[in-house]
Amino acid sequence: MNEMNLSPLWLSFKTAIIATMIVFIIAVFLARVLSRRSFPGKSVIEAVFLLPLVLPPTVVGFGLLFLFGKKGPIGKILIKWFDIQVVFSWYAVIIAAIVVAFPLMYQSASAAFQKYDANLEYAAYTMGASKWRVFWTISFPLAWPGLLAGLVLTFARALGEFGATLMLAGYIPNVTDTIPLAIYFAVESGNMEMATFWVIIIVSLGFSAILWLNWWSKRHMLQHAHKRKT
Amino acid sequence: MLDINIYKKLSHFDLHVQLKTKQERVVLFGPSGSGKTTVLNCIAGILHPDEGHIRLKEQTFFDSEQKRNKPTPIQNRNLGYLFQDYALFPHMTVKQNIAYGMKDSEIVKDLIEVVGIEHLLQEYPSNISGGEKQRVALVRALATRPNALLLDEPFSALDEKTRRDCQDELLRIHDMWNIPILIVTHNLEEARKLGHRILRINQGKIVH
Repeated sequence: MNEMNLSPLWLSFKTAIIATMIVFIIAVFLARVLSRRSFPGKSVIEAVFLLPLVLPPTVVGFGLLFLFGKKGPIGKILIKWFDIQVVFSWYAVIIAAIVVAFPLMYQSASAAFQKYDANLEYAAYTMGASKWRVFWTISFPLAWPGLLAGLVLTFARALGEFGATLMLAGYIPNVTDTIPLAIYFAVESGNMEMATFWVIIIVSLGFSAILWLNWWSKRHMLQHAHKRKT
Repeated sequence: MLDINIYKKLSHFDLHVQLKTKQERVVLFGPSGSGKTTVLNCIAGILHPDEGHIRLKEQTFFDSEQKRNKPTPIQNRNLGYLFQDYALFPHMTVKQNIAYGMKDSEIVKDLIEVVGIEHLLQEYPSNISGGEKQRVALVRALATRPNALLLDEPFSALDEKTRRDCQDELLRIHDMWNIPILIVTHNLEEARKLGHRILRINQGKIVH
């Protein structure tokens, strides 16, 4: 265990945190814009958003490879304009995590924004509040429990991403070796000790996340009940 | 002066309502599902008519003749709207609810006293009774110094005595404020007590 390289831990965390922040902002924005609107084509758009949830990660990875590859429509532009090559880089790890985790956040946020009475927002508007103010003082706090649940799931999913990451980012020690990849390649090379170490780490992380979420939502519900009583 | 002429296609019938009023209390009276709330929502800007116009004082909120002018957004109409379910913000105390759009704290202080909710200011909406919620919502709607007041079945959830008290308060407040008030109700006794004028509405049309 002496020569244990801890870079996967750091890399996984860094990736999951950045991906979660990006997913949170995009998914909350889209969910708020789309959740109470109905227009032709909405279900098609939402189906596209949720697609990574039902597709095998290898298919998502294949799609990303097509888009971000040297000759892919996005990859070409990134190389030409910014000199950034995504495939087999740390960016690829983040992009893969964003795409696979996005549906979880979008679904949670969409449900959270539909859960409260729409008249609460209208009431705020009739009192002269701007859209921005209504969002931060009414919509966001009322949707927060659902958003937080989504946030934890998104983080856990981003942390555990394997298939799409392997396809797009490959396994490059110290660059793209997240914990799930480190486990796979440790087993491949017969290093069961290292694999076990990482398995224990990731199981404890996932377990604590779920435990915390359950504890938090129970406490939140209790507080709510308490407010009702007192 | 509130001047409306609203035409809107609804799923079961067409809504067509015309109304001009200065500072009266006008009651929209009719059975459930006759389009009364839709009228209030159009005036507030939550919905838009297909055709017609909505004007209040010198402001034109909506005019289908002037296609270039977009409808005035809800937040610029300066109307007080008391929703049927009160729509009090559940995560804010009574005081925070009232302060949300408050323009004049002195008037609000008086109003709080008139309707007798001083003792509730630190409570959350989930802890107060229906009658109290209605009073809080009324003060909250008036705290923005609106140019008109829209009340959607404001007293329907209250018992007889509270209902009568609240009706009296509303009459008192109207004497103080002198703004047009539109009240939606399906209770004839209430309509007679509160309205200078009663518009009977059925299947989206005003019945004479």
